[in-house]
Amino acid sequence: MNNSANLDFFSQLDEPERLKRLTQRLTQKISRLKLGRRLRILEFCGGHTHVLLRHGIDETLSEVIEFVHGPGCPVCVIAQSRIDYALNLAEKEDIILATYGDLLRIPGSQGLTLQKLRALGRDVKMVDSSLATLKLAKDYPHRKIIFFAIGFETTTPHTAFLAKQIPQQGLKNLYLVSNHVISPIILAYLLEKGIHLDGIIAPGHVSAILGQSPWEEIAQKYHLPIVISGFEPFDLLTSLLLLVDAIEKETPTVLLQYDRVVRPEGNPLALSLIEEIFQVRETFPWRGFGLVPNSAYKFKEEWCFLDAEQIFPWEIKEENPKGCLCGDILQGKAKPWECKLFGKACTPKNPIGPCMVSGEGVCQAYFKYKLI
Amino acid sequence: MCLGYPFRILEVRSPFTALAEAKGVKKEIYISLLPEKVKEGDWVLVHVGFAIAKIDEKQAQETIKFWDEQLSES
Repeated sequence: MNNSANLDFFSQLDEPERLKRLTQRLTQKISRLKLGRRLRILEFCGGHTHVLLRHGIDETLSEVIEFVHGPGCPVCVIAQSRIDYALNLAEKEDIILATYGDLLRIPGSQGLTLQKLRALGRDVKMVDSSLATLKLAKDYPHRKIIFFAIGFETTTPHTAFLAKQIPQQGLKNLYLVSNHVISPIILAYLLEKGIHLDGIIAPGHVSAILGQSPWEEIAQKYHLPIVISGFEPFDLLTSLLLLVDAIEKETPTVLLQYDRVVRPEGNPLALSLIEEIFQVRETFPWRGFGLVPNSAYKFKEEWCFLDAEQIFPWEIKEENPKGCLCGDILQGKAKPWECKLFGKACTPKNPIGPCMVSGEGVCQAYFKYKLI
Repeated sequence: MCLGYPFRILEVRSPFTALAEAKGVKKEIYISLLPEKVKEGDWVLVHVGFAIAKIDEKQAQETIKFWDEQLSES
C-alpha cells in the first residue's frame, strides 16, 4: 500500500501560498459587500477557535470579520454543580470514578479538583475511551465503577455503546453519569437570546454524527447561513468564502464544506444508538447559561439500573467561581482579556474557569496564541 | 473531545476493533460505530477511541482542486 498520496492530501490543507490566496480573496469579497462594519461570524466549536487563533486567521481578517467564539467545548460548559457531583462521588470509599482527562483539572465550588482528590488517595482514573471502563469493572469486581461521561454528540454514541455492553457482559458494578449535551439546542438558545450574527460555522465532527438537518432548521428559523467546516486552515478559509457568498445572496442555507468526513445524513448507526439509550432532559445546567430546557441527555427508564444519578442521588446547588467570566465568554458576550483573572490568577497551569482548563477552551487559546 | 484525529487503518482485527496509526502512534481503535466497512489503508476520524467517520480522500482532493480552479480564475 502506498501512503505517500495520503500524506500529500493532508499537507495540501495548510500549504502557505494557497492559504494566502484564499485570505486575499476573502478580504476582497467582504470589502465589496460595503457593509460599513465587520461581519460577525460565530464559530461554535472550540476546535475551530483554536485553529483560527493558532494560525492567526483571526488577526489577518480582523478588519473584515469579528469572530464570536461559541459554547462548543463540552468541558467548558459543564456547570460547577456537576463537577461538585463528580467530586462527591469520588470521595466515597467504595467508588472508582473514571472520566476523560480534561475534567480532572476543573475546580469544584470549594476549589478542589478530581486530580487533587486523587493526590489525596481517592480512586480517580482517566480513560481515553468509554469502553476502557469495562476492564476497570472486571479488574475491580468488589468496587463500584462510575463513568462520568461528558461531551457533545461526538462522544454521546460512545457512552450509548458502553451502556449496551454492561448487561451484555453481565457487569453489575459499572454505573454511568450522563453529562451529554445537545449542540443545536444551545445554538438555538443563544440565537433566541438575541445574539447578533451574520453567519455561523457549525461544528464539523458533531455534524459527522448529526448530519445537516438540525442546522437547516436553525438556518431557516433565524434566517442565517451556516457552513459545516473542517478543522484545517484551508477548511476554515474556504468555509468563510462559502459563508460570505451566502451572506451576499441573503440565502439562509446550510453548506457542507467538510464533505470528506460529513455525510448529509450524518452517522445513522450512531444516531440510532443515541435514540435507543437516551432521552432528552427537561433542563440541564450550563456554565454561564443557567438551566437550559431540552439541552442534554439522560438515560431512558429501562436503563435505570446503570444510571448513577438515580442510584447515587445528590442535591446539586449551582454557583459560579467569583470573578470568572467563562459564562459570558461562552455566550459570546465577553472576550477573555476582559476577565480580571485571565492570565493572572487563572492560567493553564492553575485554571479557575473551565475555558482555561480545556484544550478546546477559548481562554486557553488566547493564553497560548495571543500576547497578554 | 471534539478534537478528532485522523488515523490510518493498519489491520482490521475484528468486526469491532482495528489497529490504526496516526503520526507514528499505533493504537487499537473501535470501529463499531462506523456505518460503513473499513479496510487496511483507509483513513478514519477518531474521537476518544472510536472511529466516528470514514475520511473520503478522493473528496478531499476534489475540494482542493475546486478551490485551486476558483482562485486561478481571478
